[in-house]
Amino acid sequence: MSRLTAAIVGPGNIGTDLLVKLLRSDAIDVHSMVGVDPESEGLARARALGVRASAGGVDWLLAQDDPPDLVFEATSAKAHLANAPRYAEAGVQAIDLTPAAIGPFVCPPVNLDTLAGAANLNMITCGGQATIPIVHAVARVAPVEYAEIVASIASRSAGPGTRANIDEFTETTARAIEEVGGAGRGKAIIILNPVDPPMIMRDTVFCAIPADADTGAITASVHAMVERVAAYVPGYALRAEPQFDPPREGWNGRARVAVFLEVRGNGDHLPPWAGNLDIMTAAAASVGERLALGKEAIA
Amino acid sequence: MSAPVRITDSTLRDGSHAMAHRFTEGQVRGVVHALDSAGVEVIEVAHGDGLGGSSFNYGFSLEDEIELIGAAVDEAARAKIAVLLLPGLGTVEDLRHARGAGASVARIATHCTEADVSAQHFAAARELGMETVGFLMLSHRIGPAELAAQARIMADAGAQCVYVVDSAGAMVLGDAQARVSALVAELGDDAQVGFHGHQNLSLGVANSVLAYQNGATQIDGALCALGAGAGNAPTEIVAATFERMGIATGVDVQGVMAAAQDVVQPFLPRLPFADRSAITQGYAGVYSSFLLHAERAAERYGVPAHAILQRVGEAGYVGGQEDMIIDVALQLARERDGAPAGG
Repeated sequence: MSRLTAAIVGPGNIGTDLLVKLLRSDAIDVHSMVGVDPESEGLARARALGVRASAGGVDWLLAQDDPPDLVFEATSAKAHLANAPRYAEAGVQAIDLTPAAIGPFVCPPVNLDTLAGAANLNMITCGGQATIPIVHAVARVAPVEYAEIVASIASRSAGPGTRANIDEFTETTARAIEEVGGAGRGKAIIILNPVDPPMIMRDTVFCAIPADADTGAITASVHAMVERVAAYVPGYALRAEPQFDPPREGWNGRARVAVFLEVRGNGDHLPPWAGNLDIMTAAAASVGERLALGKEAIA
Repeated sequence: MSAPVRITDSTLRDGSHAMAHRFTEGQVRGVVHALDSAGVEVIEVAHGDGLGGSSFNYGFSLEDEIELIGAAVDEAARAKIAVLLLPGLGTVEDLRHARGAGASVARIATHCTEADVSAQHFAAARELGMETVGFLMLSHRIGPAELAAQARIMADAGAQCVYVVDSAGAMVLGDAQARVSALVAELGDDAQVGFHGHQNLSLGVANSVLAYQNGATQIDGALCALGAGAGNAPTEIVAATFERMGIATGVDVQGVMAAAQDVVQPFLPRLPFADRSAITQGYAGVYSSFLLHAERAAERYGVPAHAILQRVGEAGYVGGQEDMIIDVALQLARERDGAPAGG
């Protein structure tokens, strides 16, 4: 198999978790881990794993004689807005795990095949990666006028960036439910739960469907999709069969399907309760692997 | 503020839960008119789960909340109209719409340990020229010192008052006293302290009095107790009690008693009541708004509502996790049928 080289920019929890996954990959060679703080624990962890690590930032990365094919951005939206033009100029394809959303939204089982050539791919949000496959699974067999998702995560897995701008999560996820999931209108809700021991990430997807929708086809489509996501996020599972409710007052004559999901992390860097971080890094890694496959097809 | 205690009436927000979010503009106008005439200074109007709450998860509003807020502003001659916003559900954009409709008090609510998610909303509210109130929900879940530290985060973010919110109606007298005292000591002159009580253990009014005696200057109520769970501290009883104690609130007691009996009671689908499910909420410390959702899931899946609520309490679910009620009902149904528990 042809292999791509990839740098990770941002040696925090997400970057470190991604590193562990990429080191296992047959399709990606880790080029380096890049940060800006010489004291960073993440850079030290990368070195301990035998990975080249630098606190010289993107300046250092792009000055290398062997620039990477790919860069995974795990910093902040602000940093990515500054870095993205430089990656583009250097011909390095960017997979963006921040909310910057410069490039198109990508959700691997839904639209990755159509986007593999984009210079910049945005990974939406953790809640988006967990729920948009299901919205799409319903929308491909029945019209979904409206879809709503509720993501519950452990407080300890919500970093300061998420907390300072939580609207970014709700607004970005809602937009992607429409643009990628295929719902007429999207809504996203995020709940931080501090219970100890920490709760494993939970996601609920509600879709408004016609009163006479084919519930058997929807159930089958949801099961098929859960299997596809579980191929790259092993802890992704249904909590129960999809639940169908007939139209109720206030539902505009629509029926509802509710899908209850659990996302148990792989425990690569953070414990299994941080399924929200795991699904982001697993989805990003699967994008990288798909790009490597594309290269092979061309070569 | 002239009176030592300011009463905020939440009939048209917390009461929205008990109305399954089906308030009409006519009801809103009637309640605002009666409260305003009785001298209530702040009237909260929004979906029960705050701005943007209209949803599958919490229940869709019958009428658009921004329209209802506009009607309330139009109807009020003196009172300020307040809105509630839960970050993670409502957004700054929702707050702008409410401000555009004339709301002038922004109440930003988080779970009691998660105050830092409110910073962007307090900043926006202050920029919009709104009075600000922080709402620490399910305040019984953490101790006084920890709660005071969270109140400090809200005050630093721009809250002019921070409420101890007994969302589960779980505080037993001294619990409310200790938390209010801790917030007063922490905030000093930086922000006021408020108290929001529920009736699940019938202590909403008593806790409100204790809150005042320990330094709270803003107290919430709802007419006929209309609110989540067994309801809120009733505005008309809070006003009557404070008057009998010689504590001025600026509210005309006869006026709010009339508002409760003549305006609100006629449109109530049922009076708030401490039945087994509601008492379980107080006893097990469960978010009051879960009540009607648990009843609906109980009916749908044939398991007892109080058992759902007990399990929800044990799991430590917080405000907003209404979807977990269905999940718990499904678990209980599986256990009843003898199948192994899922996931």
